[in-house]
Amino acid sequence: MMLPMVTAGEVAFWVLAPVMILGAIGMVLLRKPVHSALCLAAVMICLAVQYFSLNAPFLGVAQIIVYTGAVLMLFLFVMMLIGVDATDSVVETIRGQRVAATLAAVGFVILVVLAAGQVMIGNKLPLSSPELPVQLSTFQAQDTIGQIAYFVFVRYVFVFELTSALLIVAAVGAMVLAHRERFVEKISQRSLAEQRMRRYAETGEHPGALPAPGVYARHNAIDAPALLPDGSIAETSISPTLAARGSVADVHQIAAAADRVRAAIDGGDPIITNHPGAAALESGPAGTAGELDRGTGTPDATEPGPADQRKDEQ
Amino acid sequence: MIPMLTSAEVSALLRDDPWWMYLLKAVVLLVYLLLWALFNVVFERKLVAKMQDRIGPSFNGPNGWGQSLGDGMKLMLKEDFRPKNSDKWVFNLAPYLIGIPAFSIMAVIPFGGKVTIFGEETVLQLTDTPVSVLVILALASVGIYGVVLAGWSSGSSYSLLGGLRSSAQMISYELAMGLSFVAVFMYAGSMATSDIVNAQQQPIQIAGFTIPVEGWFWFLLLPSFVIYLIAMVGETNRAPFDLPECESELVGGFHTEYSGFRFAMFFLAEYLNMVNVSAVVVTLFLGGYHFPFERAIASLNIGWLNDYVIQNAWLQPIWLTLKLVLCICLFVWLRGSLPRFRYDQFMALGWKVLIPVSLVWIMLVALVRLMQGNNVLILLGAAAVVLLLVLVIDGFRKEPDAEEEADSAALSATPFDPYAGGYPVPPMPGQQVPELAGVVPGETETRGTEERADS
Repeated sequence: MMLPMVTAGEVAFWVLAPVMILGAIGMVLLRKPVHSALCLAAVMICLAVQYFSLNAPFLGVAQIIVYTGAVLMLFLFVMMLIGVDATDSVVETIRGQRVAATLAAVGFVILVVLAAGQVMIGNKLPLSSPELPVQLSTFQAQDTIGQIAYFVFVRYVFVFELTSALLIVAAVGAMVLAHRERFVEKISQRSLAEQRMRRYAETGEHPGALPAPGVYARHNAIDAPALLPDGSIAETSISPTLAARGSVADVHQIAAAADRVRAAIDGGDPIITNHPGAAALESGPAGTAGELDRGTGTPDATEPGPADQRKDEQ
Repeated sequence: MIPMLTSAEVSALLRDDPWWMYLLKAVVLLVYLLLWALFNVVFERKLVAKMQDRIGPSFNGPNGWGQSLGDGMKLMLKEDFRPKNSDKWVFNLAPYLIGIPAFSIMAVIPFGGKVTIFGEETVLQLTDTPVSVLVILALASVGIYGVVLAGWSSGSSYSLLGGLRSSAQMISYELAMGLSFVAVFMYAGSMATSDIVNAQQQPIQIAGFTIPVEGWFWFLLLPSFVIYLIAMVGETNRAPFDLPECESELVGGFHTEYSGFRFAMFFLAEYLNMVNVSAVVVTLFLGGYHFPFERAIASLNIGWLNDYVIQNAWLQPIWLTLKLVLCICLFVWLRGSLPRFRYDQFMALGWKVLIPVSLVWIMLVALVRLMQGNNVLILLGAAAVVLLLVLVIDGFRKEPDAEEEADSAALSATPFDPYAGGYPVPPMPGQQVPELAGVVPGETETRGTEERADS
């Protein structure tokens, strides 16, 4: 028994065609636009491999570099930047679009069936390549690159140039449409610095960076505010968004454990308040300064005990 | 003279090969690349340590050379988790999209001439097509998908921004890279890597005289070579163009959310891509697998040297590897000495300098090729392009405004009052604090460091 001759092109076709069809179906059916784009990329890459297996490597490479590498990558960029979502509305924006789409689909199917039937049953179409002139000697005549160069730059040079002119017009048009006149002067680093200094002179606003969030023994996330030397919370150390949501950590609760330990070491009265700021208001700043100092870690001379101990440690 | 195989002959030899030959070459290539990745990581750390007066890795393995093996094992054994917000399929796919092209690019690089393996004649190259160099570009553009999708699928702003940044960077620099190839194609008359290597073995001809030195393209097409060198650093996201990974802005860039083996894949791909772009520069500009000055050495007529060293195809992969090591040294040198570019400066360099210069240079090369290639004209062209480059860079520099100059002149003329605006400001350049008017300026900084070095 003779095994039928199988060429590499046929093997590649039967391996790749199912993948391509699955990719094409997935492109239409998948909900997320990025997944659809990926399916399209898979179809394009399989197509390029088909070109390779049919001895048209230049076409295959151009397919990947131009379509997969450039065009589809642009699609992906747009989808990622504007965040197209699966929850897009399905309301018909163009009237009669569905009817037109159905008609077009039916027409396309008829066309495909007729074309396939013509190839399989009727007369074979003349598919021989056009004859190349003899003066094409700088490139070998069987060289695909030379042939493409001949068609693009010799035979169809005007069509090609006109197409490129069209593309340039499109690109320039898009730039003109997207162009925006600048009505105010561009803000530079220098003008920003000047503004900051002016605000400092006029309103006393600190010109430097905002204070960082607080760092405590058990917590250093951005929701923990920093404390000022007087024990009150530095409002600018937390993001306004977190403050608006009310998800700012209670610093004095965080510091409480450390306070207890330190108080036990001191042997003094473990006067722990959950809110030294409030305590300060009640008993006056002088009385609570030492207590606060334990939480914030700034040495204070008013109460010698803990401050001295800390010096010993250092 | 050494016999050289044209692309058609190479293809014919490769087409005859049995399946086990392809398998053998593919496995050897895979092992070669994995060894390169292991070598690269330690070599870079050791070399950059030398440049910074440190020791570098020295504990694991002989002299620290086992470090990368340990790193790799650690990454494989680490917990590999996926953030809740990520897109499962794409997140898993992205590392392979970047890894597979990184492993396949070397398939079209010629490693040596004709050899006989187990009685079968073949060449030291996995595959060859008439458009091999374009295949490399195509594979690189598939690799960009890995970066973009890794950034998008992680579901984190840092990753998304890093992914967009690095893909924009890679796409822009791929353009400059592709344009730098065009002059090589025109000179070699082919896009096949084997033909390009052969074309570089032709002696240089200047005004009818033949110099017995191989006309490697880095010399003949210097502007293309320089543009490619810059573009290859941008393409691999390496310092000074490592913007996608600038820690102070974007944590780790597109691979911030990756860990364990999937992160190892990105790491591996970065180091393999360094080898890949180096292999391209060696093949296209530095004579490929050939020993330097083969012609001059052959004219010495030393029998054993010719037969066993220069013409020995089995040694040619070693010459290629040595050239690759030199290229990696260049990468490390750049990383050790240059600060990171700002993003807009980097893009301006790509779009406003490299691409226009490439285009003008291609026009010049085409013109000269039309006039039946005279190398003197090429050299003139190189001079013209360098001139153009200088002009373009000069144009970038902002001209000092006449108004600003007058302002600064007025500033230095009036005595400096720090409280003039109602709040204290430091002196501008050219102004002097009145309290310091009588103080003699100190020593310069360079002098200071010299003294410190002496003591």
